[in-house]
Amino acid sequence: MKPVPALAEGFPDLSGMRIAREPHWFRWLSAALIVLVLAAIVRAFAGGQIEWSYVSRFLTAKVILEGIVNTMVMAVLAMALGIVLGVVVAVMRLSPNPVLKTVAAGYTWLFRGTPLILQLLLWFNLALVFPTIGIPGLWSARAVDVMTPFLAALLGLGINQGAYTSEVMRAGMLSVDIGQYEAAQAIGMGRLRALRRIILPQAMRVVIPPLGNEFIGMVKATSLASVIQYPELLHNAENIYYANSRVIELLIVAGLWYLLVVSILTPLQMLLERRFARGTLRLAR
Amino acid sequence: MTKPLVAIRSVSKSFGEFQALRSVSLDVWPGEVMCLIGASGSGKTTLLRCINQLAAIDSGGIWLDGELLGVREQNGRLYRLSEREIGRQRLKTGMVFQRFNLFPHKTALENVTEGPLQVQGRKSDEVRAEALELLRRVGLSAKADWYPAQLSGGQQQRVAIARALAMKPMLMLFDEPTSALDPELVGEVLAVMKELARSGMTMLVVTHELGFAREVADRVVYMDQGAIVEQGRASDVLGAPREERTKAFLSAVI
Repeated sequence: MKPVPALAEGFPDLSGMRIAREPHWFRWLSAALIVLVLAAIVRAFAGGQIEWSYVSRFLTAKVILEGIVNTMVMAVLAMALGIVLGVVVAVMRLSPNPVLKTVAAGYTWLFRGTPLILQLLLWFNLALVFPTIGIPGLWSARAVDVMTPFLAALLGLGINQGAYTSEVMRAGMLSVDIGQYEAAQAIGMGRLRALRRIILPQAMRVVIPPLGNEFIGMVKATSLASVIQYPELLHNAENIYYANSRVIELLIVAGLWYLLVVSILTPLQMLLERRFARGTLRLAR
Repeated sequence: MTKPLVAIRSVSKSFGEFQALRSVSLDVWPGEVMCLIGASGSGKTTLLRCINQLAAIDSGGIWLDGELLGVREQNGRLYRLSEREIGRQRLKTGMVFQRFNLFPHKTALENVTEGPLQVQGRKSDEVRAEALELLRRVGLSAKADWYPAQLSGGQQQRVAIARALAMKPMLMLFDEPTSALDPELVGEVLAVMKELARSGMTMLVVTHELGFAREVADRVVYMDQGAIVEQGRASDVLGAPREERTKAFLSAVI
């Protein structure tokens, strides 16, 4: 047997030395350039034809605040409707029943295939198709009275959102390992119970980032409801500038509010993600 | 005269062109520990999945505890059972998977209590006490509140065994329970299975662990190309196989 040789000579000991910091000249240069460009833009706006006093005055005006409240109420309700529809449609889409499958695919096709603003206008003008609506013999009403801007916006936004959310939910359910379905079946669970107890909680982890994305989209999509007279933020801002002609100032007011809301939503999404990450290695240890 | 707990008669099953089972007939008797061995694709896992109705058979019949599985016979025709009835039949068997399939969003204890609480609708304090006792039995009392991702493969598989036992099955099915484990973790899972065998549980084990089969199995069944080639006492089939195919398989494995 050969003897095991001692460590060879000629390789110096580096254990006490550190790796030097790189200077990153280019990063400094590009950052400085960006700051310069931004400063130029700010300067241009400051000197432009904008009355900033109007912006600060209307930022907390009652009508604007009512608008943002209406925007958020509509965004939350329409998103809730969208998620409920999305889950139901995704489950239908993944069911072995061909009738359910086809209905689900048709729904997604129809509501993803037409512009949202067109759908809002259709809901709002439903009275042109059905002057009276109701259950024959039980109850009926004039469609113009029932289809208020609020209801039309809720149906339009929520049903459209459901079509998109169903695809997000479907992706989430497909991401759960098939072995989880089998394990749930093996302890005697039926399909729906397995979905509710085992599959959906795991799918949530995957779907929250895209759902957060969709919700942010929804907050801004509510502005489309201004065309059907729903008094949300943009609609109210428009009403003010129709009266005082301060168009840009009020658009900036609305823009700042949208930015603020979206800025608050991002950390909320992170909290939710943490909640559904239960049991994943990263946070469990 | 006792009856077999599982009676399999002329069962065939295909996946498209591939015939996984070819007219298999077999009995498993109460209290028996049976090991199914054979190369991958020989149909042993499919047979196990058919007994648990994770796969539906094409023809033939399987009776568990005297009850025909998956279908009912009426006036010479077979009608498929509802999902609810199949779920009820599944409760008589416990299944342990090759890849554990623990629920990752639930702790070890919650994995074990999920079935009794949600499916059987039993009282929670009673279920919890039983689950803790089961975790003790598989040597994991200290890990009750840990999530699967925090456990080693061997520990996860032992939780999976406890989860299956929590439903109080009459028959335990093991689908290559140690194949996904690092070699040093195989022993702890086999030890739990041996203890279970000694307690009198009827067990049907698909395995490549011939040492376990030799030591624990009452009967060893060798399958090849979807059919049973040879069966008998473990010492006979593993020690002195009669069929050429069995001999070839055993010499390739050992």
